[in-house]
Amino acid sequence: MALSGLEIFKLLPKTNCKECGQATCMAFAMQLAAGKAELDECPYVSDEAKAQLGEASAPPVRKVTIGAGDMAVTIGEETVLYRHEKRFENMPGLGVLITDQMDDGQVDTLLGQLKDMEFNYVGQDLRPRVAAIRAADGDKLAALAAKADEQAGAALVLISDDVAALKAAAEPLKDKKPLLYAATEANFDEVSALAKELEVPFAIKADSLEKLADLGQKAVDGDFKEVVLDPSSTTLGDVLKDQTLIRRAAIKKTFRPLGFPTIGFPCDMTDDKLQEAVFASTFIAKYAGIIILSDLDPARVLPLLYLGQNIYTDPQRPMQMDEGIYEINDPDADSPILVTTNFSLTYFTVSSEVEASKVPAWLCVMDVEGQSVLTAWAAGKFVADAIAPFLKKSGIEEKAPHKKLVIPGYVAQISGELEEELGDGWEVQVGVREAADIPKYLRQWSEN
Amino acid sequence: MSFTPPVEKCKGSIREVIVGAEGRVGGENTFPFHLWEGEMPNAPMIAMEVYDEPQPEWPEAVRKVYEDVMDDPVAWAKKCQDEFKADAICLQLRSTDPNGSDASPEAAAETVKSVADAIDIPLFVYGTSSPDKDAEVLKKVAETMPDSNIPIGPVDEANHRQIGAAAMGYKNPVVGFTSMDVNLAKQLNVLMIQLGVPEDKLIMDPTTGALGYGLEYCYSIMERDRLAALMQGDDKMQMPILNNLAPETWKAKESRVSEEEEPTYGDVETRGILWEAITATTLLLSGTDVLVMRHPRAVELVRTAVEGLQAQS
Repeated sequence: MALSGLEIFKLLPKTNCKECGQATCMAFAMQLAAGKAELDECPYVSDEAKAQLGEASAPPVRKVTIGAGDMAVTIGEETVLYRHEKRFENMPGLGVLITDQMDDGQVDTLLGQLKDMEFNYVGQDLRPRVAAIRAADGDKLAALAAKADEQAGAALVLISDDVAALKAAAEPLKDKKPLLYAATEANFDEVSALAKELEVPFAIKADSLEKLADLGQKAVDGDFKEVVLDPSSTTLGDVLKDQTLIRRAAIKKTFRPLGFPTIGFPCDMTDDKLQEAVFASTFIAKYAGIIILSDLDPARVLPLLYLGQNIYTDPQRPMQMDEGIYEINDPDADSPILVTTNFSLTYFTVSSEVEASKVPAWLCVMDVEGQSVLTAWAAGKFVADAIAPFLKKSGIEEKAPHKKLVIPGYVAQISGELEEELGDGWEVQVGVREAADIPKYLRQWSEN
Repeated sequence: MSFTPPVEKCKGSIREVIVGAEGRVGGENTFPFHLWEGEMPNAPMIAMEVYDEPQPEWPEAVRKVYEDVMDDPVAWAKKCQDEFKADAICLQLRSTDPNGSDASPEAAAETVKSVADAIDIPLFVYGTSSPDKDAEVLKKVAETMPDSNIPIGPVDEANHRQIGAAAMGYKNPVVGFTSMDVNLAKQLNVLMIQLGVPEDKLIMDPTTGALGYGLEYCYSIMERDRLAALMQGDDKMQMPILNNLAPETWKAKESRVSEEEEPTYGDVETRGILWEAITATTLLLSGTDVLVMRHPRAVELVRTAVEGLQAQS
């Protein structure tokens, strides 16, 4: 059973030495209770406390980090089955399969894409980070891994059935924490020994959850923490079933043998590239940690990165846009000035309609802590005496000096007061209530 | 410690709603595709969109597919049925938009009749989310197509009395629309049940956000809808869910902007198709029963995903 923060606190040294990285033992206890810290981080914890806390304090899904530096991928640490209950913690790492069957040109292209591909979405930089290297032969595996590290700095998954090959590739790169793939029933002892020797994570793989749990038990018995599960699902239905049962066992039953993040290979499920992306989206929504694609066509990677961001965003904290003036359709001094709030959904809805209208416009987005127009108005944040100073200091008057402002139809009642607050010849116009009506409104606006 | 799969049985199930002559939506007694612990007798239905007036603003990827039928909703519906093997048609009565062509309820109902007569698969009819106009139009549609089981929507709190009464009179299912909120969805169901609409004639439209444009809100609202219906057994939430996703995904910038304008985004047609197919697949996993879709390739991708999800060892 999970212990509360207070129960854990009683077992800690209570010296507030800060060596665990937390300000106090109490803070550390709270982190342990939330599954966000590991007991090992306390250097002075007694053996007795360890015995009592060890099992209870570990997160239900272990944290695993693959790779190093900017390209490192951290997965696991999940505590819920449904994102609305809290949030999903660590976005899955997307990557590409590189094999010894590819020619140098293909490999260079993929590594170049892995190095350069980055999309900015709602203020976050999203990118694929993983290179999964598959080769039977040790020299080839080592050469491709070294190349992927050197050219792209990628987080590496090293795939081979031959433990000697894994060793040859992983040893020179052990500081980069490559994932060894995979320990099976046949070679668990050898692969896990190699992982221990090099201090790198390893994957376990079996063709049923029962067998996977047996390997997981061995990993738990061997005190391995950085382990990744591959249930070898072959159909999309088995992906859903295996991922759901693994997560459920880990979270609801605290079943340690399956309390690790997972890896999936949609690249091996179909030859149809678009279908592969659709399969990959199921892995993203349903709990997978590392997801390997067959190539990095940006038109297919972009939606998958967005989906990872969407699913892993914190549902308790609305996504917010930065306050400021957003230029849509290349506006000039005569273009209409619109104002709205910085709730990302509000912004996206409004901006996409403005964009669709093809009318150039200035969209002034005001920081109201991510609330929608009506909520922010009701909370006294999107009101005349707040909007006026925001507009004055936004610099919109220099960009478009016509002094006509369009406000959302839902806050029509503030128009008089806002005109007064703005003063100086400003005219406040009441726009539409629904975003869908924006294009028509703007077309009429620019005709007048 | 040996592994026992942690199977969970639900105490509630989703009602089955008959659409058209023999189409069935809903009926599941488990979470989406949890076939190892429950049944999902009807696979989610894919209703392909037909518009009652041309859509010249559409991105090239979808415009070119329907170019030859854009001014003929009957031919358009037959193309979706015969060529693309749609499970159903969703006729979007865009011509009735009071901010657009503002066509009359009579003209719209005529179109509904001619499309319904021309196809053998179920038909859904959708207005333009203008509560007053939708009330007039959908009433007329119900009156023109009595006993047809054609679901009509969107019905919201403002017009549920008018549309609900007409639907009861002519026995149409209705699609209740609420704005991404579990309680509002339940409240609208309660209002319609109080009005006398039979519980097995109700479908819920929870608002659909496209990938990158609020999909995660929709995803979690649908998961919570299903938790209420299945785990808590709330019989006011046990209605099938419809997602009118195509208009949202094809409006997204990422489905429209050319590779010339955004060179790092890759091929625009691939992007548009995947924006629709991935949005749809994510909705499959959160509990949809009816997907309103546009591009035939996206439909094919989602159909293959459904078949894949049904294949479990």
